[in-house]
Amino acid sequence: MNVTQLSVFVENKPGHLQGVLKILGEANINIVTLTIAETSDFGILRMIVNDPENGAKALRDNHITCSITDVLAIEIDDKPGSLYRAIETFSRRQLNIEYMYAFTEKRQDKAVMIFRFDDIEAAKQALAEEGYGIVKRIDIIGE
Amino acid sequence: MFNKEFEAMPLKKMKELQLERLRWATGHAYKNNAFYKKKFDAAGFHPDQLKTLDDMKRVPLLTKQDMRDNYPFGLFCVPMDRVVRVHSSSGTTGNATVVGYTKNDVGVFAEVVARCLASYGATEKDVIQVAYGYGLFTGGLGLHYGSEKLGAMTIPISGGNTERQLMLIKDFGTTMIACTPSYMLNIADYIEKKRPDFKIKDTKLRAGILGAEPWSENMRKEIEHRLGIDAYDIYGLSEIIGPGVSCDCSEKSGLHVFEDHFYVEIIDPETGDILPEGSKGEIVYTTLTKEAFPAIRYRSRDITRLYHDHCKCGRTLVKMEKVSGRSDDMLIIRGVNVFPSQIESVLMEVEGTEPHYQIIVDRKGAMDDVEVMVEVSEKIFSDELKVLDGLSKKISDRFRSVLGISAKITLVEPMTIARSEGKAVRVVDKRKI
Ligand SMILES: [Zn+2]
Repeated sequence: MNVTQLSVFVENKPGHLQGVLKILGEANINIVTLTIAETSDFGILRMIVNDPENGAKALRDNHITCSITDVLAIEIDDKPGSLYRAIETFSRRQLNIEYMYAFTEKRQDKAVMIFRFDDIEAAKQALAEEGYGIVKRIDIIGE
Repeated sequence: MFNKEFEAMPLKKMKELQLERLRWATGHAYKNNAFYKKKFDAAGFHPDQLKTLDDMKRVPLLTKQDMRDNYPFGLFCVPMDRVVRVHSSSGTTGNATVVGYTKNDVGVFAEVVARCLASYGATEKDVIQVAYGYGLFTGGLGLHYGSEKLGAMTIPISGGNTERQLMLIKDFGTTMIACTPSYMLNIADYIEKKRPDFKIKDTKLRAGILGAEPWSENMRKEIEHRLGIDAYDIYGLSEIIGPGVSCDCSEKSGLHVFEDHFYVEIIDPETGDILPEGSKGEIVYTTLTKEAFPAIRYRSRDITRLYHDHCKCGRTLVKMEKVSGRSDDMLIIRGVNVFPSQIESVLMEVEGTEPHYQIIVDRKGAMDDVEVMVEVSEKIFSDELKVLDGLSKKISDRFRSVLGISAKITLVEPMTIARSEGKAVRVVDKRKI
C-alpha cells in the first residue's frame, strides 16, 4: 500500500486556492501537508490528506479537476545529512525524482519526505534494500 | 428513402426540373415583390432571360443586409392572409430576419425534414425527442412537423433541463434526439459528472440529429464515442426554410442537398463569381418552391464545397461538405484566414482535449494577439508540471504548423468558459479595427 496524494488544478487567480480549501474543509478533509507547483497562469496543489478519495469526490462534485497519485513517503531522522543520504540512494540507482517535499512529524524527531517517481515500485524496492522505513499509512503521519 | 422520385432522380432530369422551377421562382419574386423587382431591374435581369442554368449568374445576389433592410415583411411575396406561420432568426447582429410560410411552404418544410430523418434510418417506429427550442427559432417546430410527417412518435420537450431529457429518454423509449451538437456534449458531461449510473446503452437511444451550429468531424467522433450513438448532421438556415436544406445519410460523408427544393451554387466570397463543382467557397441558395418567402441567390456566408460521389445510399442529390465555418466568423489573424472549426480540429487532435475552448483575439499595438483558453479536464490533468507544460506546448506547436499562427495557450479550470444550452461562444474578438 502506498501513500496517496491529492493533486488539484488551480488557476493562479485570487480566491481560487481559497475555494478549493473551503470545499475540503466543508467535506471534513484534514490536510496533513501541502505544496504548490506554480506557473504564471496556474498551479498544481499537491496535498497529503486524511481521506484522499472523499476529498477528490468533494472537489469533482464542484467541477474542480483533481487526481489521486501514489507517492512514496519515507521517514528520515530530523538531523543534518539525512536527506542527503536518502537522495544519494536514488541517484546511485538512477531513479529520477519528479518532485519532492517534506514535513516534520509532531510527536517524534523524524521528518517525512514525499517523493514522486515515474517508477514508484523500483524506488520502493531500492529503499527497502537500503533499510529505509517506508510510510505505508497516512494516519501515522496525521495527528 | 422518404421520396425516392426526387432523392434518386437522374441528374439530367433534376437539372430540367430545377430550371423549370427557377423560372417560376424568379418570376414569382419579380411579379409579387417590389424589392426583388427593383433589384432585378437594376441588375438588368428579367426572369424571361433564364434559358439555361448558366444564366443564373445574371441574377443579382441577395444578402443578409437586404433581409434586415426589409424587416419585417418586406420580402414576402404573397398576400399576408396566405401566410400561416412566421419564424425569426435570433438577430444577434442588427435586426432579426422574419421568414413567412404559406400552408404549402409548411408542407415542404415538413417533407424535407422527414426526408432527413429517413436518411438517418428513422421510420414511423421511432421515438424522436425534439430538444431544439420551440418558438420563433425554426429548429423545434421544424423537427416536430418533420417527425410527425414521417409518422414517428414525437416528443416536444424543447431545449434545456438535462435531467428531464434523460428521464424521457429512459421512460419514453426515445430512439433519436434532436438538439445542437454542443448541447449533446453538455448531456455527455452531465451524465459523466452527475449521473454516472445513467447508461445510454441501457436505453433505446441510438442517434443524435444535430445541427443549428457548425461542428466538426472530430466533434462527431467525440459525441459518438462518449455517448455510444450515431451523430448525424442536419443542416439548414431559417432564411431558406430552417433545418432540412441538407442532411447526412448513412454514409456520413457529406450532406445531400434537397435539390428539387433548393438550388445551390458555390461562389468566391470576395468576387461573387461562380466556382466550378468541387471548389471551396460560399454557398448560395435559391428556393425553388417557397411561396411566402422565396430566397433568390441568397448568400449564406457558410463556407463549403459541392460534389457528386455516387453515394452508396442511392441518392443522386449533390452533396455538400460539412460546413467548415461562416465567412462572417472567419477570423483574419495577422493576415491569416482562420475558421473556429479549424481551431477546434487542432484541439481535438491533442488527445483528450474536449472542445471546451474559447479563442480571444485582441490587438496589442499593431499586432493581433491570440489567446486560446482550454479547460483542463481530468483526462488531460497531471500532477506533474512538465506534462501540463508539454500539453500547452503541443497545442501551440500545432497552431503554428497547421494554422500558421502563434497563440498563447492558457489552461483554465473546468466550467470557466461560458457555455449555453444553445450555441457555444467560441470566439471573442476584442479588436477594434
Ligand atoms: Zn448518401
